[in-house]
Amino acid sequence: MSNLVEVTNLRIEAKTDAGRLVEIIKGVSFDIADGEIVALIGESGSGKTTVALSLMGYARPGCRITGGEINVNGKNMAVLSERERARLRGTDIAYVPQSAAASFNPSSTIMEQVIEVTRIHKLMPPEQARRRAVELFRALSLPDPEGIGARYPHQVSGGQLQRLSAAMALIGDPKLVIFDEPTTALDVTTQIDVLKAFKSAMRAGRIAGVYVSHDLAVVAQIADRIVVLKGGEVQEAGTTTAILSAAQHPYTRELLAAFEPKPRQVHADAGAGTKQLLRIDNITAGYGAVRDGLPLIRAVDAVSLVVEKGRNLGIIGESGCGKSTLARVIAGIHPAAAGDIVFDGKELQRSAGKRSQDQLREMQIVFQYADTALNPAKPVEDIISRPLAFYHRLDRRARSKRVDELLDMVRLPRGLRYRHPSELSGGQKQRVNFARALAANPKLIICDEITSALDTVVAAAVIELLKELQRELGLSYIFISHDLSVVEAICDEIMVMYNGKRVEQITPDKLTAPTHPYSQLLFSSVPKLDPTWLDGLVRDPELVSRYGHR
Amino acid sequence: MSVARATPPRRYFLGHSYSLVGVVAALVILAWTLVAILAPYLIPHSIGDIVDDDYFGPMRQGLWLGSDYLGRDMLSRVLMGARYTVGISLAAVSIACFSGVVLGMIAAVTGGWLDTCLSRFLDAMNSIPSKLFGLVVVAAVGSSIPVLILTLAVIYIPGAYRFARALAVNVNTMDFITVARVRGESTAYLIGSEILPNIIRPVLADFGLRFVFIVLLLSGLSFLGLGLQPPLADWGALVRENIGGLPFAAPAVIVPSLAIASLTISVNLLIDNLPQKIRDRDA
Repeated sequence: MSNLVEVTNLRIEAKTDAGRLVEIIKGVSFDIADGEIVALIGESGSGKTTVALSLMGYARPGCRITGGEINVNGKNMAVLSERERARLRGTDIAYVPQSAAASFNPSSTIMEQVIEVTRIHKLMPPEQARRRAVELFRALSLPDPEGIGARYPHQVSGGQLQRLSAAMALIGDPKLVIFDEPTTALDVTTQIDVLKAFKSAMRAGRIAGVYVSHDLAVVAQIADRIVVLKGGEVQEAGTTTAILSAAQHPYTRELLAAFEPKPRQVHADAGAGTKQLLRIDNITAGYGAVRDGLPLIRAVDAVSLVVEKGRNLGIIGESGCGKSTLARVIAGIHPAAAGDIVFDGKELQRSAGKRSQDQLREMQIVFQYADTALNPAKPVEDIISRPLAFYHRLDRRARSKRVDELLDMVRLPRGLRYRHPSELSGGQKQRVNFARALAANPKLIICDEITSALDTVVAAAVIELLKELQRELGLSYIFISHDLSVVEAICDEIMVMYNGKRVEQITPDKLTAPTHPYSQLLFSSVPKLDPTWLDGLVRDPELVSRYGHR
Repeated sequence: MSVARATPPRRYFLGHSYSLVGVVAALVILAWTLVAILAPYLIPHSIGDIVDDDYFGPMRQGLWLGSDYLGRDMLSRVLMGARYTVGISLAAVSIACFSGVVLGMIAAVTGGWLDTCLSRFLDAMNSIPSKLFGLVVVAAVGSSIPVLILTLAVIYIPGAYRFARALAVNVNTMDFITVARVRGESTAYLIGSEILPNIIRPVLADFGLRFVFIVLLLSGLSFLGLGLQPPLADWGALVRENIGGLPFAAPAVIVPSLAIASLTISVNLLIDNLPQKIRDRDA
């Protein structure tokens, strides 16, 4: 046996509600050599996580491994007994989950959880395990490696927790580590630290890895080879450089194309951008006790902005910078404590409850998670037609006709109107979410991270759709995101927020030369498709310590 | 993976899957409901007539369930008892659940002082022991069917309120509620159209459970002599008036007990085995 992992013709079946069997993995084969990191990449539902979990001989509830061989270190995981598999998990094969925050037990210390593997498998005495853990903490460049183990999970940041879960995986000296989208939930500036730590720890220990992700740029930094999955089948496999430079399969090309920044649309009518649609002056809003008329914790601190008719404003910043609160303040969901909002020439009340119906209609907000933004108990038709009945008082026939038009507008098949949200894919849900906002005939749509929960390809399609609709309907967008490439693709102006304050406002053509140091750090942290980018990246340590959430 | 989950056998019909237990339970409930509606046409004897020479008579031809402590026909009394037990309980549980659920959803959506006042007031109501409350009310205003219904309803409103409010508070934090709010929707639309469809299944399960509690409480009150007054009798009253037959193993005391048990257990089993809609994406 030459390779550490040899998967041949793997088949996995799942059972549906009605008892029907569906094949979700249709004969996947790939190898992993010693010390090699292989990335499994594909959109959600492509089976990448299912394949990764099968390397531990594990199939999620309702799923069953029905055929093929999974040889890991000379043992066929598919046929081992559960007891034998349990012996290998943690020692030969380890797993780093997507959400470290959800995978740690909040009621015991980090050290106890990190060395638990050595206790279960009786690998070494606790004293030695603690020393080994501290070494790993240092190798993963965690701050205060001696003391961090004594803390509880809620006392460290998300990026640190993700590295701690890697320490937990590495302590049993595994030959293979499975990373399941470990940086997807992190901010870009944090993601870099975590990626760097993973990469050096894996290199140092000559450990093989499987890296599951849908982000091609992240994968390019860490993987030696890439396996592209779609619909439970391998579409293409090859070395990272080969895939990135000379992709053969159309799907891989599509993935790569989604990464290319689209040429920005240029507004032909320069005169249209002269009229102000929305202006906010010195808005302050926050949470907690109110003192001197201002809240104690200020999520948004004296922010001003202007949106012109038919133009788009992007708001970018890391989680916790107050960008979502700003969106809620503008929409009146979270009334501001101070400041003025002027919309279409008229002063707006701070609270949505006090605004007129027309004012509410003209400004719509679209939320990040279409799952929670659509009522799961209602069919698509009812969801979209409610604003039609509420704002425009259309009768049943007119509503039905308009729903068809709106579905056409967001490029969804008309037959979808009878479905419930749970029967739609993520991208379809987000389109329905958007169609509901369009149904009101708004002038301004506030998009709060609407592409963050979507796959790269789907997100690119949604952005294209937004651009088209803007051309047709003359809308303005406020586009809130932590993803620079998304904002860059659609916005005429970009506002950078940090810690509740407006840091800088720039236009996309000047992106390469931001003047504020925080913008510089943020923009330089966005991964590039170039595999050498991470190794070559030099960041000003003073900047990182000032603005990075370490 | 190798862990087999024990699930009851399910059948598929009209896009729903049913379990056998649920179907049987539903049939029992249906049977009792029909009996309650048609009782006057089903009874072989009038419930007041003394038809047996002996009291606590055994089961025999003509008196299929024996006779009671006055020699009246037990079958007729149980069939008519179904009317009162099912009717009063259903009326009471409907009032309790309707007001409790509506108040609960309003409290969750509105929040603020209304929520606080309602919650504290109903918590206070909840702290009064139910039997004691029933006792006091009946002692104060006397026992009649409307009084019984209202008393039972009032006793179970706080529970229904708490339950609905807890469910509605969770739904209320969802983005689609926020979207509806910024659209400018009224509270009535929010609770009726956005929240209720999302909590209706647990609310129905709670309805069934509360029905069972009310049947038991009504039977308890009647057993204590505070429920329906003679010659009318619900099942609880039947148990009580025939308790003297216990040493004789008279069917008169067993049958109404079995009737209470069959109804309450069936309701319980039904709500545990409601038909499930199959939502199969590719089907």
